[in-house]
Amino acid sequence: MNADAAVVSLKGVRKEFDRGGVVALQDIDLDVQAGEFVSLIGPSGCGKSTLLRIVGDLIRPTAGDVVVNGKPAHQARLDRDYGIVFQDAVLFDWRTVEKNIGLPLELTGWSRQRRADRVHELIELVELSGFERNHPWQLSGGMQQRVAIARALSFEPALLLMDEPFGALDEMTRERMNLELLRIWDQTRSTVIFVTHSIAEAVFLSTRVVVMSPRPGRITGVVDVDLPQPRGVETREQPRFAELVRDVRRTLRRGGGFEADEAGEDELIVAEEGL
Amino acid sequence: MATARQGGLLLAVLGVLWGFWELFKWAAEETGFHLGRFFVNDRTFPHIHDILGTLAEPSRRNGPMLIEVLRDAAFVTAKEAAAGFALGASVGFLIGVVLVHSRLLQRGILPYIVASQTVPILAVAPMVVVWTGSRGLPTWFSVAVIAAFLTFFPVTINTLRGLSSADPRALELMRSYAAGRLRVLLKVRIPASLPYLFAALKISATASVVGAIIGELPASVGGGLGNAILNFNQYYASAPERLWATNLIAAALGIAFFLAVVAAERIVVRRAPEHVA
Repeated sequence: MNADAAVVSLKGVRKEFDRGGVVALQDIDLDVQAGEFVSLIGPSGCGKSTLLRIVGDLIRPTAGDVVVNGKPAHQARLDRDYGIVFQDAVLFDWRTVEKNIGLPLELTGWSRQRRADRVHELIELVELSGFERNHPWQLSGGMQQRVAIARALSFEPALLLMDEPFGALDEMTRERMNLELLRIWDQTRSTVIFVTHSIAEAVFLSTRVVVMSPRPGRITGVVDVDLPQPRGVETREQPRFAELVRDVRRTLRRGGGFEADEAGEDELIVAEEGL
Repeated sequence: MATARQGGLLLAVLGVLWGFWELFKWAAEETGFHLGRFFVNDRTFPHIHDILGTLAEPSRRNGPMLIEVLRDAAFVTAKEAAAGFALGASVGFLIGVVLVHSRLLQRGILPYIVASQTVPILAVAPMVVVWTGSRGLPTWFSVAVIAAFLTFFPVTINTLRGLSSADPRALELMRSYAAGRLRVLLKVRIPASLPYLFAALKISATASVVGAIIGELPASVGGGLGNAILNFNQYYASAPERLWATNLIAAALGIAFFLAVVAAERIVVRRAPEHVA
């Protein structure tokens, strides 16, 4: 792989939290190439969300280099090189759907007309036509998350960071949102880093699954997902899908730590039952 | 429908209160009930219909009706209270905005802001009158300053609380957009603070009327409700209904201020119904 083409490049990243000198992340090396869809998976406390925030310069690493779009993560944030989606949609109640989506563009100083055109495109992309003037509390959880995704994509960032975006949704909505996300990824050709608890979700969406383990948070394995693109409902029924799910699960076991973490294991089992 | 029902409820409550008042008065007079030297009679406890009736009578021989006198007085007080409310709310809000950005200032200044409210307003009022008067400002302005003194405090406290109530993830989101403090303040913190702000403004609205009436006493502003209270207090022995009627009008003015804030809140705060404070 050519490191120059990497959208995200992490070298020797380490993060300690001041309280009690807990090592949240250690020896993280990871390159994400343009157009990749990389999932970070692991039990609670493995630092996957922390790692995502380090890429976004929302948290500073204790040591190591973080390069995003060929520049330091801090500069990349100032240049608005990425969009981010959290587990909760984090929409502003006092703004309508279209104004929530247009918020980043307002901050970037786009003109009203240009903003309206772009927001219209995005609303079509996430299939929320007819809900432009609704307020967030009038939408279902899945729809709220679509608004959040549209907002993250608003200024066409090269990189999309997603922190368990569908973790709060029910299983059926989650699978539908997975398909939606793949369609959007296919249309926008952006690079995605996706944090999840669910093995099935990680395998279904990703081109590569990065498996992490806790105490200290580290990368314990990488599974390349060679399922054909584009993926659809039938992808989950292929024997290769089941094999990859098993590979990821074994890598997680080998990494250890998650037997000791009951909460994490429960979530992983639930995710597997979703198959 | 809802307003008709609310109106009906209001009338029912007023009717019940009226009934309680008259029932208590009647029972206490019949049984000779008293608290120490406080006896219930027409002087200490006038009939409601006498209080309302006196509004329609001339306030002095050949003069205008009492209700006209009190209406004019209420306008004078309303102007002072409105100016005081606007001044106090603005200053209170600005202090809140400054304090939310600095923990050090919060620790340094907040105790003095709290202490300011423990000072009896009646003791401060004459000083404010002298201070503003010596600068050539009109007396109604000194009354407004006293009203503002009572108004700003709840606004400062709730603004501070409201601005800090912004969702930490929303702040993280704004950080991902490389938004500066001013943008975060305008787009996230202030909208998030509005329900808190309006809760404070409702308290302040009535407090500003009280402040204006108290401010009128030492400022000797002619024509306000404070003046009317002093005036009718002197004639309480002969015409107690007039002081009661004045209190009624003062209360009505406070309620009007409160309702104005409620109306403004309906227009400004657009939010999930369960989130409206």
